[in-house]
Amino acid sequence: MDSRRASRMVIDPKPKVRQVGFFTPGAPPERTKSSPAESLSSPPTSDMSPAGNSLSPVMIPPPRHASDNLSSSLGLNSSRVLPVPVPMSPIRRPSTGDNLNLPLGSYNPSESLLGTSLSPSSGFDDEGLSEDTSTSGWFVRGNPGKVASSFPSGGFDTTAMKSRNIPVVSNLTTVSVVKMPPGLSEKGGTLVEVQHEQVRDSKLKEKTSKAERRALQEAQRSAKAASRAEGSKTAATSGGVTAANAKPAKAKASQKKEGSSVASSDRKGPEKDRKKDVPHPRMQFDDKQRVEKAKRRAVVKQTEARNRVELFRHLPQYEHGTQLPDLESRFFQLEPMHPSVYKVGLQYLSGDTSGSNARCIAMLQAFKEAIKDYTTPPEKALGRDLTAKISSYVSFLIECRPLSISMGYAIRFLKNRIAKLPLTFSETEAKATLCSDIDRFINEKIILADKAIVKHAVTKIRDGDVLLIYGSSCVIEMILLHAHELGRQFRVVVVDSRPKLEGKALLRRLVSKGLCCTYTHINALSYIMHEVTLVFLGASSVLCNGTVYSRVGTACVAMVAHAFRLPVLICCEAYKFHERVQLDSICSNELGDPDVIAKVPGREDVDHLENWANNENLQLLNLMYDVTPSDYVSMIITDYGMIPPTSVPVIVREYRREHLWM
Amino acid sequence: MDFQVVVLAGGTSKELVPLVSKEVPKALLPIANRPVLSYILELLEASNLKDLIVVVEGEEAAVRVGGWITGAYVDRLHVEVARVPEDVGTAGALRAVAHHLTASDILVVSGDLVCDVPPGAVAAAHRRHDAVVTALLCAVPVSGPSETGASGGKDKAKKPGRYNIIGLDPTTQFLLYIATGAEVEKDIRFQKSILRAVGQMEIRADLMDAHLYAFKRSVLQEVLDQKDTFNSIKQDVLPYLVRTQLRSELSSNGMSQAEENWNGKVASQDNQALSSQQLPPGMIPTVPSFHELYAFCPNGSSPPKRTHKCCVYIASKGKYCARLNSIQAFSDINRDVIGEASHLSGYSFSAHNNIIHPSAELGSKTTVGPQCMLGEGSQLGDKCSVKRSVIGRHCRIGSNVKVVNSVIMNHVAIADGCSIQGSVVCSNVQLQERVVLKDCQVGAGYVVTAGSEYKGESLARKEKSQS
Repeated sequence: MDSRRASRMVIDPKPKVRQVGFFTPGAPPERTKSSPAESLSSPPTSDMSPAGNSLSPVMIPPPRHASDNLSSSLGLNSSRVLPVPVPMSPIRRPSTGDNLNLPLGSYNPSESLLGTSLSPSSGFDDEGLSEDTSTSGWFVRGNPGKVASSFPSGGFDTTAMKSRNIPVVSNLTTVSVVKMPPGLSEKGGTLVEVQHEQVRDSKLKEKTSKAERRALQEAQRSAKAASRAEGSKTAATSGGVTAANAKPAKAKASQKKEGSSVASSDRKGPEKDRKKDVPHPRMQFDDKQRVEKAKRRAVVKQTEARNRVELFRHLPQYEHGTQLPDLESRFFQLEPMHPSVYKVGLQYLSGDTSGSNARCIAMLQAFKEAIKDYTTPPEKALGRDLTAKISSYVSFLIECRPLSISMGYAIRFLKNRIAKLPLTFSETEAKATLCSDIDRFINEKIILADKAIVKHAVTKIRDGDVLLIYGSSCVIEMILLHAHELGRQFRVVVVDSRPKLEGKALLRRLVSKGLCCTYTHINALSYIMHEVTLVFLGASSVLCNGTVYSRVGTACVAMVAHAFRLPVLICCEAYKFHERVQLDSICSNELGDPDVIAKVPGREDVDHLENWANNENLQLLNLMYDVTPSDYVSMIITDYGMIPPTSVPVIVREYRREHLWM
Repeated sequence: MDFQVVVLAGGTSKELVPLVSKEVPKALLPIANRPVLSYILELLEASNLKDLIVVVEGEEAAVRVGGWITGAYVDRLHVEVARVPEDVGTAGALRAVAHHLTASDILVVSGDLVCDVPPGAVAAAHRRHDAVVTALLCAVPVSGPSETGASGGKDKAKKPGRYNIIGLDPTTQFLLYIATGAEVEKDIRFQKSILRAVGQMEIRADLMDAHLYAFKRSVLQEVLDQKDTFNSIKQDVLPYLVRTQLRSELSSNGMSQAEENWNGKVASQDNQALSSQQLPPGMIPTVPSFHELYAFCPNGSSPPKRTHKCCVYIASKGKYCARLNSIQAFSDINRDVIGEASHLSGYSFSAHNNIIHPSAELGSKTTVGPQCMLGEGSQLGDKCSVKRSVIGRHCRIGSNVKVVNSVIMNHVAIADGCSIQGSVVCSNVQLQERVVLKDCQVGAGYVVTAGSEYKGESLARKEKSQS
């Protein structure tokens, strides 16, 4: 927390100074004057800026705005005139301090009450107060005294003033202490909220209207701030300007970030945001500093593999066999991790669960369990705390194995649902809603989607067909079995590849159901392709340019099939579609355990690559995925029907939004 | 992580007479001057398992163990001591505390285990496979002080055939067969169904069951309820679970509750006749264990059979793991803990690779060799020699005494000219002048008269040895 605050403190003044200079000619001298006290004044201003940020975009702007106006109209300026000389003449400082305390001291208790109960937005999010009630609440409390009526801005002023005055009055400090924690706790959550909000905004295409509103608001605020700065030049004004100015920057950043993974939404602070101006789809593992940093955060102990292939240095690769024992032995130390999440992580790490559907379902089930057992800690809002929890689970799962694209979508869905929970919901209601949402997601997006795909794909299988399949995709298995049940006469060629030999298990199941199968390895592809009439392939993801991101070897199969002028049908659920565009399989991929390609299962005597890691000149590459260009794909069978690869963007554009908002 | 720990601290073991007595139950036998129970408690504490149930047989033993735990672990661990009548067996002990168990999985640890295998690893393996039981197996420790070269209790150690026959699947993750040495006669019977399902079984005799199990609570309670003749975990419960793993009779078996619910839900929503195998497309791991293959594969249309998984976690070679279940083991563990497995003892060794308490007094020309331990307040006369031995607190040892490969507990008085080799001398024993002990055990409070020589005998006061 402290470090984050510090960074904010350092970062904030820069744009502020620049912007203030731009807006109001009077401000720069104010800066220079207050420079000796700046170090003191900055903590409260930094405290303000998040508050301003958090308040304005979410829902508070109208009340805040009104109350600001009110405060200025109520002649609070007169009270604000008092602080003016403070930075200028240190002699008068104590007296002004007294002056300030006299009117405000009596209201301090109520103020602290307000600060704790109302001012953190989490407070009324929780209680489900709407905008109106909260404003009315403020006004009601504001009415008794004029000074207190100016609370939203005036209250902040006092704290700012207090810390600026070096001889601090004790009862004021206590107020700040009371006030700080909600501000702090609020910060983490609200920023996430802000980002969600903005992602949502841009998605909704309300962006223009919202932006307009915001622009208007900012203009008003800056104008007001300028007038105030001219008149008084208090720290509070500069803080207000900061709040106003930091916001568009943040909005920009988060809008830029919209495409990047949701998991990154737990990053905080404008510094990080600015770095994100350059989009980082994922961490580049050849960047030493970042890797070091990530390692320190990591839950799973990760030893980087030594002999890594030059071209793939940017992808994470760890010594296999080091992570699992370590993670296992610290089973009981990882307190914050929910057991079911932990179990899923172990299964990812050990390879017990693989395949993007399986992993996605396992993850969602684990999250469901975690949500069931979740209780909101005191003084926190379910929406925010749960989002943070889910984020930490996700980062743990990423450490176990990089996320598949389907999982990224599921996570985004879940976080969206959490963010969209009605504020009036009690905790049990919210949890029940989320659990049923997860069930619905699994059902609609995976199980029913698979059924739809089966229904579509079966129409393409005719009697006498020879189908070629590669790897082990559960939806393709379902298609074949369904076609078999319908009584179609066809033959299946199961093409498999080392090192996973996933086809074997599939072959076993198919044969046990009475299908006529041929099993071969990918080496014999060009031979076996002669007899094939139709190629069915699964996919891990389909990208926006029609590129199919799938198990390594898929591209090869598709290319050979294309050369033989055979139709290549890709079966992929629509939730795995992704808006990314990828031209090669280098920039984004996953590296498997290189040891498994060095060894031949069942042949202990074939050990020519023993101790390969000690050889400097040898690097093994075990890629997990490859991309198939859309040229080789005849058709993509998805739950919305059979589409050409060029229509993927349409699905992504038209249906994706509806998914997230279902 | 939703685990509960039950430590079975036992009572007074018959095999350890005359070392154990009413005053010193098995759990409090000193290993390097610390009760053996402290090793497992500290291991659990290091794994962040601070909520324990310790089950002790016998009232007096329970009081003593409870008293010791309160003194040693106050503010560190939250321990509840449960007392069970003697001779109920390990299963009976669990039965007695069954109603206290609420977590989804239970870690059952024997109190006489001295090891450094993190229990979390066992728990993680258990969770990963969603097993009903996971057992910790470790390599059988080298018995007897063979590596020392000294003539230890080797001739005396009557190798009781204490090995296990353990059948594992090729991935060495699943337990297919287990039998303890006592049951093994000439033939071993394996089940065809398991063999057929797995295809290949590896039979090992070099592994030892460390008596650290992770159980699924529902299963454990069900088995304990239904089979009230079961007396021992190792001999009854575990073999039963292993035997029935492919024809599970458990109602809440293999599949976790959530999974089952989910399957049920999906099944109810799907009335289309897709076979049960595809309903949970995600729940079939791409690398299915033989259980899944067996359950789903063989006869096409038959409904999937109920199976459950019995897993093992095999400790890696470098880990130390031993159980204090015999006198031989007692001296072995004592030697190892101050010797090769010295990281377990928690003491810091001096430059001479031994531990001498600062308050211990050594006479002139007395040598204390490496891998020795000298407790607080012990006094050694002149010209003594101590090698590879543990000497407890407040012992008074005269001059010209030789102690080799032995364990001497607290408050022992040894007169001049004694020679002790490969022996265990319990607390408050008096050895008068020129006693020669070789491979003996001397029970608590015994007085060995001057000049007597014993070899390979067990000396104890009459009433103690009877009880």
